[in-house]
Amino acid sequence: MSRYFTKDHEWIDVDGDTGTVGITDYAQHQLGDITFVELPEAGKGVKKGDAVSVVDSVKAASDVYTPVTGEVSESNAALEDQPELVNTDAEAEGWLFKVKLTETGELDALMDREAYDNYVGTL
Amino acid sequence: MNDNSDEDIEPQAPLMLPLSEWHRQRGGRMVEFAGYMMPVQYEGIIAEHLWTREHAGLFDVSHMGQLIVSGDGAAQALEAVLPGDISALKPGRVRYSLLLNEEGGIIDDLMVTNVSSDDEASYYLVVNGATKWDDIGHLREHLPDEFTLNHLEDRALLALQGPAAHSALDRVFPGVADQLVFMRGTGFEWEGVMVGVGRSGYTGEDGFEIGVPASHAERLADALVALPEVKPVGLGARDSLRLEAGLPLYGHDLTEQNDPVSADLAFAISKRRRAEGGFLGADAVLPLLEKGTPRKRVGLLLDGKMAAREGAPVLSGQDNVGTVTSGGYSPSLERPIAMAYVDSALAEEGTALCVEMRGRELSATVTPMPFVPHRYHR
Repeated sequence: MSRYFTKDHEWIDVDGDTGTVGITDYAQHQLGDITFVELPEAGKGVKKGDAVSVVDSVKAASDVYTPVTGEVSESNAALEDQPELVNTDAEAEGWLFKVKLTETGELDALMDREAYDNYVGTL
Repeated sequence: MNDNSDEDIEPQAPLMLPLSEWHRQRGGRMVEFAGYMMPVQYEGIIAEHLWTREHAGLFDVSHMGQLIVSGDGAAQALEAVLPGDISALKPGRVRYSLLLNEEGGIIDDLMVTNVSSDDEASYYLVVNGATKWDDIGHLREHLPDEFTLNHLEDRALLALQGPAAHSALDRVFPGVADQLVFMRGTGFEWEGVMVGVGRSGYTGEDGFEIGVPASHAERLADALVALPEVKPVGLGARDSLRLEAGLPLYGHDLTEQNDPVSADLAFAISKRRRAEGGFLGADAVLPLLEKGTPRKRVGLLLDGKMAAREGAPVLSGQDNVGTVTSGGYSPSLERPIAMAYVDSALAEEGTALCVEMRGRELSATVTPMPFVPHRYHR
C-alpha cells in the first residue's frame, strides 16, 4: 500500500483500485477542534480536485478536495458521532472517505511522505 | 524609478503587544489580529472555553484602546458623542455605550468608567482594537479642545473570567474583588504602579478586566497563571464565549450599517437621553425607538451539526429575510449557534427559519440571547 499527499493537505492510501482519503495531521492541527465532518454519499462520482467533504472546526469550515477521480465507495461512519477522531488520529482512524479510482495515473502528480514533509517545512 | 515603491507595497508588519512573547513561550498559537500578534489558542478552543466556564481563563486584550477623557465638564462633553447618561454615572461605575455617526450608524461599542478624582472629572474608555485609531480621530474631532484625550498606549489590559475569577483575583490583589460588583471599577497601587480593575468582561461569566502598565504585565500574568484555577485562553475561545453570551462583536454583528435599535442595543440609549437627545446620531436613532426598524439582531439555534457562518443568508420559505453576522459551534451547548439580522416581523422567539450554507438549508429557530445564562455578580 502506498500513501500520497496533496498540497491541500489531504492524504490518500491506495490499495488496489481503492483509495482511502483523509486530511493530514498538519491540517488537523491548523484547523483546531473539529466539530462536524460532512461526508460524501457512497456512489457519488467525483473528479480530482472536487470539494467533496467539509470539515467544520470551532472557528471555520474547510473544504476537503478529492485527490483522485472515481466513485465514492464508503464514508467513515464513525465521524458522525466522533468528529474529533480527525484531531486525535487524522492519518488513520480519522479517515474521511474511500474512492474507487478510475484514473490511476493521477497519483503520479502527488507527493510522497518525504516530499510532503519538505513542503510543510516551507509553510 | 521610485525609491519608495517597496515601502508602499510592503504590508505593515504586525505589532507586538507587551505579552506577545509571553504567549509564545507558553505555547500560544500566534496570529495577526487587529494589527497585533495575539494568541488564537493554547491547548484548544473547546478546552479553553469550557475551562473558563468552569474555572477561570486569563485573556490578553491589550490590543484594545484604553483612553482617558478628562477636564471640567467631561461628562457633558462625552454626552455629545455617546447616547448614555454619563452625567449620572457615579465615580467607580462602568457603563456600556456606543459611538454613533450622524446617520445613527455604530462606529464602535465601548465601556466607560467614571475614574474622576476630587479635583478632576475623568473617564476611562475601552474601545475595540481594530477601530481605536478611528475612534481617537472621531473623539478629537467632536470633543472641544479644552478636554484632554489621552491614549494609554503603554498599558496592557488583561481579562480574568470565570467562576473562579473572584478567588484568583483575591489572592493577587487581596480585598479588591470584594469591593466590586458587576460594572464597578476601582484603582489602587500594586508593586509601585497604578492598576485599574473593573468587574466586567466579554464571556457572560463573573470576572474582571485589569489595566496595568506594560512594564508589569508579565509579572501580573505570571502571578495569575501560577494559580491552579487560572489558565491562559486565546482569542478563539473569547469569540465562542461571547457568542454564547449573546454579546455582539464589532466589525461583525455591529457595523456603521447598523443602528442601535436594529442591533438590539437600545438599552445603551439612556432614558434621559431619549427625552433630550443631543448626541451625535440622535436625530436618526431616536425616531427608530418609536417606529421600529426593518431588521433586528437575533439569536439562532441551529438544528444539526453544521455551523452557520458569517455572511450566510437567512431564509423564510423562498424569501431571503436576513444574514448571519456570527456563527459557530457552542462548546457549552454542543451545537451550532449564530447571531443574525432578520426581518423584524420574523424576530419573534420561536420563529422557524433556515440558514443557507454550502447549498444546504439548515433549520434554525429564533432564540432569546444569551444562549448560555450570564453569571454576573450583581
